[in-house]
Order: sequence, then C-alpha cells, then structure tokens
Amino acid sequence: MQSGKIVVENLYKVFGDKPQDAMRLLKLGETKETVFRNTGQVVGVNNVSFSVDEGEIFVLMGLSGSGKSSLIRLINRLMDPTDGRILLDGQDITRLSPAELVSLRRRDMSMVFQSFALMPHRSVLDNAAFGLEIAGVGRKEREKRAMEVLEQVGLATFAKKMPHELSGGMQQRVGLVRALAVNPSLMLMDEAFSALDPLKRSEMQDILLQLQRDHRRTIFFVSHDLEEALRIGTRIAIMEGGRLVQVGTPQEIIENPAEDYVREFFKSVDTSRYLLAKDLLDPHGVGLMVNGNLAGQHDPQHHWVACVSGDHKLLGLVGRDTLGAEGCNPAERCVPVSPITPASALPDVLKRLQGQREPLPVIDHDGRYLGVITASSVLSKLSEHRLQAAAH
Amino acid sequence: MNELWQKFIANPHDFLPIGEWVNNFIRFLLDNNAGAFDAIGKSVDLLAENVEVALLSLPVWLVIGFFCALGLWRLTWRFSLFVLAAFLLILGIGFWAQTIATLALTLSATIISLLLGVPVGIWCARSRRVNTLVRPVLDFMQTMPAFVYLIPAAMFFGLGRVPGILATVVFAVPPAVRLTSLGIRQVNKEQVEAGHAFGCTPTQLLFKVQLPIALPAIMAGVNQTIMMALSMVIIASMVGAGGLGNDVLASIQRLDVGLGFESGLAVVLLAIILDRLTESFGRGPVSQPGGGH
Repeated sequence: MQSGKIVVENLYKVFGDKPQDAMRLLKLGETKETVFRNTGQVVGVNNVSFSVDEGEIFVLMGLSGSGKSSLIRLINRLMDPTDGRILLDGQDITRLSPAELVSLRRRDMSMVFQSFALMPHRSVLDNAAFGLEIAGVGRKEREKRAMEVLEQVGLATFAKKMPHELSGGMQQRVGLVRALAVNPSLMLMDEAFSALDPLKRSEMQDILLQLQRDHRRTIFFVSHDLEEALRIGTRIAIMEGGRLVQVGTPQEIIENPAEDYVREFFKSVDTSRYLLAKDLLDPHGVGLMVNGNLAGQHDPQHHWVACVSGDHKLLGLVGRDTLGAEGCNPAERCVPVSPITPASALPDVLKRLQGQREPLPVIDHDGRYLGVITASSVLSKLSEHRLQAAAH
Repeated sequence: MNELWQKFIANPHDFLPIGEWVNNFIRFLLDNNAGAFDAIGKSVDLLAENVEVALLSLPVWLVIGFFCALGLWRLTWRFSLFVLAAFLLILGIGFWAQTIATLALTLSATIISLLLGVPVGIWCARSRRVNTLVRPVLDFMQTMPAFVYLIPAAMFFGLGRVPGILATVVFAVPPAVRLTSLGIRQVNKEQVEAGHAFGCTPTQLLFKVQLPIALPAIMAGVNQTIMMALSMVIIASMVGAGGLGNDVLASIQRLDVGLGFESGLAVVLLAIILDRLTESFGRGPVSQPGGGH
C-alpha cells in the first residue's frame, strides 16, 4: 500500500440516479462520453489513484468540467464517492459515520473557497474564528487564536470590519485565516485565488508560500492556472474528463508532457522560464583538464578550459591563450568563478551570465563539475525547446 | 356511454358533490375535535387579548412616540414626521381605539403566522418532497377568496376575534413560508459548503449559516405577512373581529361614503407605516457582494 498524508485508491464519482449502471460500464473501460450516451449518468471522477505526501503543496490542475472540483470535495466528503477509497493518515474516510465526519472536519482539515464564502453577517474576526466556534472553543480563546492568524497576514487592524467593507484580495485573506485558525494538518484550497486579479493572485501565492515556510502543512490546491501550479506546486496532477492524466513535479511535467491535453496547457505559458541550469548546460562547452592534463581532443573553438581535480571537483577556469603560451601549471592560473547549482532557474542563470566574460560552470551537490553554461548554450537550448513545443 | 354523459351534464352534482364532502368533513371535525378547537380558540384569544390590552393601556403619546422613534432610527426624519402627522390625523377623526384594535389583531395574526410559517419554510428548504407537497397548498390558501375562510372559522370558533385571527393566519402564512424557504435555498452554495467543511452539525448549519444569511429574505416575508394580515383583519370584521373593519362594514351597510372614507383612510395610513417600517428591517445594513472579480 502507498503511504502518504492522503492516499486515493480507484476513486469514482458518478452523478445521476443510477450510478451502478455507469460503474459497470466504467469498469469495462468505457469512456465518460459512452457512459453518458448509454446511461445518462455523468461521470465526475473516473478511477483516480494518487497520493499526497505530508507537507507538500499538491496542485490539481484541469479545465472546468475535468472533475477537479468534485475530487477536492470527495476528499472532505462534501460529496460521497461512488466507489473507491480515500485514506487520510491511514484512515479510510469513506466509511466514516456523520458524527465521525464532523469531528474529522473540525480537527484535521479546512477549506478555502473560490468565492471566499465568508459569512456576510459576521465581522472579520468572527469569520476568522468561525471554525473554532463551530468546534466549541470558548469566545476568548477562539478570538485570541483568530487574532494571531489575522496578524500573520496583516489584517489585525480590520478585525472589527464587515466582509463587504474589504476588497476581494483582503476577503480571501480572511478566508485563508479562517482555514488556518483551526490549525489543520490538511488544507483544501478550491481555486482559492482564481477570482482575484493577477497582481493580488501572486501576492496571495507569496503569502501562502511564506506561511508554508513558517509552518509546513499539507495543502491540496485546485487550480486551472498553470503558472500558479508551477509557482506553488511541489507536485502537480493534471486531470481531464474525470481521469488523472499525469502526476509529477513541475519539471517532470514540463519536460515530459504525457498527452496532447497536457501540452495544450503549456501553449499559453512560457515554459522556458521554468528551464533549469541542468537543462541549459553544455558538458562539452569548454575543454577539460584533469589534474593538469588536457583530457580528450582539444576543440580549437574552446577559449576556456575547466580545471578539475582527480575526483572531478571544480578548481576553476583557465583561459585558452594563457594555457597555450607557457605550457602549464593550471592550478596557478585558474580564474576562480563561482559556480551555479543544477537546480537554478533560468532567470537566475541569465542574471549571472550578464556582463560575465567567462562561461558559468555548473556543479552538483558534491562539488563535482557537470558542464558550463554560456550565452550560446542558453540560446541553442532555448531554441531547441521552442522547436519542440512547436512540433507538438 | 352517451347516456352517462347526458346524465352527467344534466346533474353534475350527483357525480362530484365536492361541496357536500367539505360540509361532511367540517361536520366530522366539529363533532370529533371540539376539545381541540376549544383549546386552540382559548389560547389564540388569550394572545390577542393580551396584545390589545397592552397596546390600549399605553398612553397615546407613548405609542406615537415609539413609532416616530422607530421611523427616525430605521428611515428618515421625514418619515418620522409623516408618522406623527398620520397618527394625529387618526386621533383627530376619532378612530384611535379602532386603529389600535386593528393593529393588535394584525400583530396577533402575524405572530401566529410567523410561528407556523418560518418553521414550515425551513422544512420546505431542507426537503424537496415537503416543498412539492406544501407549494400547492400555499397556492390554494392564497388564491381561495378570503371570505371563504370566514365560514368554517366561525363554525369552529364562534363569532369574534378568534375566527377573525385564524382566518387571517390562513391568508397571511404563505408569504412567511415562501420567503423563508426561498431565502434559505438562495444561500450561496459555497457558504453552505464552508459550513459543512468546518464541521457544522445540521443544527449549527441552520442557525449559524443559513438563517442569518437568509434573514433579509425572511424579513421581506415578515413584511408581506403583516400586509396580508392587515388587509384580512378588515375583512374579518364580518365575523365580528372588531377594529377598523367594523366601521368599513358599517359604512357599506349604511351606504355612508364619508364614514367609509374615514375608516379607509385610517387603514391606509396604518398600512403605510407598518409597510415602510418592516421593509426597512428587511433591507438590513448587510449586503453580500459575493465573489468579486
């Protein structure tokens, strides 16, 4: 059995009055469309299995109608699954009684909504303390705890205001505070930032990432915005027509989109921004000198040589001309260039390349030399990437 | 076949004696539930009497002052001035006691209507089956000519205040039910989900989410109920309910246009005051801007 904060196994959700008819066809491998044509039942979630690790931000992506809203609601049982299991900390929540479900929701999970779903008759503070109030926490205690979280997101001065007196971004911060105040181990966020304008959206993403740095929680985030997913997601899952098409880190999904549907997502997004140093480096961009000896055939186009020790640790770069003129003791002539790690993103790489004559060496965690990045290697990789994207 | 049709056309009452059935049913109720009707009648009378005695025991200036203050708080000083003028006019044409009696009847009928209507409205909002059952009954109650209720009411409870109030309740309950149910069903789906997601029990969901958010709609129902009740208590004077309706009735019987106008004017002024005041509570200070873009 898989382990994880949430483990979902063969989950199905069928909307309609005869879900069992639909289930029979689905188990035979029929598609959502065939099932609808033959039984009139609408398939929301079709045989989905995945697991979410403790402490990660798991982003579920998909267009409207892909079943992502249903899936998030199955996890806190706002909807009941038709078939399959959902394990939360190893406990199968599809079998909970109504009373057990109420106490699970009060204790372990909370939710942030696309339309904020604040209570218009309650002040900001009372909204923030809503979950605690429902759970039976006394007024003084719950207001103290809600106030602490309001302070974290910079809303303390608005505690006595009513929700309609706040802007959309601030209202959603209240929604976030309401979810955080109960101190859940799992937070469900349903298109939480989709109703905000782009500026407010990235501001909220920053707040979320900051909160996550202070206190790691497991977050299940539904979104239709790929940039958002790439920005905040530890891992991303992509859904289409009720099926899970692909699950992986942002990198894996950009590099190996599983289907045309996934590629379709990237059309509007400049994914080259998410290329990393390891995608851009050229292992043979400069000559190589191991322990003072030039390795392999020398390419006359190389103006630089990377000096490495016997165990391939980078010592520095040496200009080709200085090398040619006087035979060599390269260790003395090495120009120290601070290297970059393989996980550095393109914007950082470009910043480093700017106004630098020497190529940019890349070393791994153990200090081993991997290759160099030069302006020309970046250009050629970028154009390669574009061509690839265009080919599909 | 043709023969049967001819018979049916000639004497339809032999086939469908609905009136006869209703009469039998009412007689059955009277014969078998006299005790129950007695108890209902007594408690309604007690309520109505207390309300009326309380209102009449207050000094005139206090009643007027109270309504003026209410107008000032909820609406404008101009409306407050209008209230003052209206009540002074009613005093001046000598209809004060009748107006207070009508107000008391209206309030009693409204209280009973809300006690019945709001819970039924909540039930309708929660159960589709109850809703489909109740809706045609409400339609029936509202469209059946109001006078018709007076007959069985008088048969069950005799003449006087009680049948008047109960006939009024039948007429005034539907908007309370309808708008309560509508208000609850109109609560944003995600707000209800938020209630569930944070672990509300069904009771918590009702009292902490649904009813507070539905309050403006429910207050609109209260306003409608009061207006329906006011119009019906006038008609209920036919079974001796008293109040301004008596004067209206007397003016019809004596063809006294002047008296009719005076009593009618008092009804209109009272209606305007009650309508504006209760409507202002429906608007409330809170509005939901919803998910902004």
